[in-house]
Amino acid sequence: MQIKSPEFKQNARIALQDANLQRALGNLKAGFPQKRAAAVARLPEFDQLRDEARDLKNHILEHLDLYLEEFEKNVVANGGTVHWCRTAEDARKKILEICKDQDAKTVTKGKSMVTEEIDLNDYLEKNGVTPVETDLGEYILQLRKDHPSHIIAPAIHLNIEDVADAFHEHHKRPKSNDPAHLMREAREMLRKHFVAADVGITGANFLVAETGSTIICTNEGNGDLTQTLPKTHIVVSSIEKLVPTLEDMTLFLRLLARSATGQEFTVYNTLSSGPRRPGDQDGPENFHVVLVDNGRSDMVGSEFQEMLRCIRCSACMNHCPVYGAVGGHSYGWVYPGPMGSVLTPQMVGIENAGLLPNASTFCGKCEEVCPVRIPLPKLMRHWRDKEYEKHLSPTSVRSGLALWSFFATRPKLYRLFASVGNRFLRFKAGKKGRTSKLPLASAWTDHRDMPAPSGKTFMQQWKEQNR
Amino acid sequence: MSKADIFNRIRGGLHVPSDDSARRAAVKARLDARQRNLIPQRAQLPENERLRLFIDMADEAAAELIELHSAAELVGTIENWAQENGIAHLVTASDEQIKSLDWSGNGTLVLEERVAQVGDEASLTSAFCGIAETGTLMLYSGQESPTTLNFLPDTHLVVLRASTIVGPYEDAWQMLRQATDGSMPRTVNLITGPSRSADIEQKLQMGAHGPRRLVIFLLHGE
Repeated sequence: MQIKSPEFKQNARIALQDANLQRALGNLKAGFPQKRAAAVARLPEFDQLRDEARDLKNHILEHLDLYLEEFEKNVVANGGTVHWCRTAEDARKKILEICKDQDAKTVTKGKSMVTEEIDLNDYLEKNGVTPVETDLGEYILQLRKDHPSHIIAPAIHLNIEDVADAFHEHHKRPKSNDPAHLMREAREMLRKHFVAADVGITGANFLVAETGSTIICTNEGNGDLTQTLPKTHIVVSSIEKLVPTLEDMTLFLRLLARSATGQEFTVYNTLSSGPRRPGDQDGPENFHVVLVDNGRSDMVGSEFQEMLRCIRCSACMNHCPVYGAVGGHSYGWVYPGPMGSVLTPQMVGIENAGLLPNASTFCGKCEEVCPVRIPLPKLMRHWRDKEYEKHLSPTSVRSGLALWSFFATRPKLYRLFASVGNRFLRFKAGKKGRTSKLPLASAWTDHRDMPAPSGKTFMQQWKEQNR
Repeated sequence: MSKADIFNRIRGGLHVPSDDSARRAAVKARLDARQRNLIPQRAQLPENERLRLFIDMADEAAAELIELHSAAELVGTIENWAQENGIAHLVTASDEQIKSLDWSGNGTLVLEERVAQVGDEASLTSAFCGIAETGTLMLYSGQESPTTLNFLPDTHLVVLRASTIVGPYEDAWQMLRQATDGSMPRTVNLITGPSRSADIEQKLQMGAHGPRRLVIFLLHGE
């Protein structure tokens, strides 16, 4: 996938004026946050579970190499194979090699963000293997040659008319705008693919060291058909998804669905432990786990280690005012929203993604709802520091900061300008208390009014209260 | 070599000391202890309330649930249900519970013991246990319980013994380890209601790729 993160500002400007996108984003804002809040309210232990999950993830990361060893040992004992891939390219090549070994023509795919990260579909297609996305949202996107704009609701940026058009064009059937009808149509069209596929590729929500199992959490059941029907099942996952035991996995399962969709539990939580056993009448004959690093091992021990706690629930983006305004595609790569603003610079370089950690109001909502308590604003701040240190920030930002620090280190001058500025703003605002036009600040005032400062300044109050 | 490279980077980042015995001991202890994390109060109810919770949560997850007072009622109830719902063909698992059913009833239902295929109307399987916390069924794969039965047919009928319903997931893992002698079956399925998707405009639609209907025959007694 082409990296469009450097164009964030332009992407965002276009997104804000896209009426259809804004309508679609309304569905997100009206849905996920309320559903999550309701699920959390029903589980009094929710915050305690979050503390335990944070601590357990920290323990896992401190012992990651050892849990990975244990996981591989048990996958092998179950009759499967683990493939270690340092880079996205290593992973693509390995997956193609497994497909070629099976003479695979078509591959069905369950939903997997790691396969988006390594740009697997394009690569398979160029090498003669046809990937078929089977998650409803991903299927819609594949027909439209589009990419996910959200990590669990991939087609959230589309309206029903877009889906109806795509189905009409590709399925050659009468057009319908009824979501139930559209889903039935997708169900029918995908049945033959499930059966015909030579290889099924799924992701994994967690990898269980104790048993060498991988688990997927889905509502549709497409992941299960993807991994049960073909001769070969490839799990594509990443190295930070390890959990020690089934009991530990359970802790995260209690948090995942509630944080993501606000469900009590995902419909299908399916553990896979190796290929078909003697006597089994169905299931894959080959079981491969492709473990992708792609920059994650460099985060271990760094100031970004806490990001590796992420369980990909999407709560941070569901609650983010920036994501809610500009949508996922504006971020220009695979992972959008606050978690993406921390991960993307790691994976594609801060020189390409410097705008993302700056695309935040630092309201702190992302950290507030994170099930594993990742301090996302702090991590974004680390990236801003790095960007500044590497002299990557634009001249306007650097000179603005230099100007600000000139005044900030000269208190008397600072106060003088602050009080002049205050009076000017109040004069502009008049009786309304806000202004819709300000010199040099059209980026702000084009979309919202600037409120005038109210009451006395901090320094005035400090003096008056004789502190 | 990718693996060595990845491990070196992780160990470098963690500043792993040359004597790594403390970390190894911590990992071994965690794996051996299989310690339970915090279990919500909701999952720790006395038996009768636990049963009630399972029924309520399964209902909330849009599963259909029919209560039976003895195994003797099972065949008649399934046959009646099939007739009322226009189902003439049932693909079944071949576990002991299903095999022991005496299908001499009204004879209108065609039964077949096999894996599921595209086009199958309905399947009948046994659940290994139920989990009250979220109204969840646990099933696992084996010679007598093909996984496709749980996903391919339009309707999935499941026999669940009330005596196997536990409170939290943790009890189910424990039961599973006992039943399989500690070795993991190829697949374990936790199923909570029928298939669904909200991928079109966030509007929930039932019956995506898995069964459109999940019907639980809850067997009391024994």
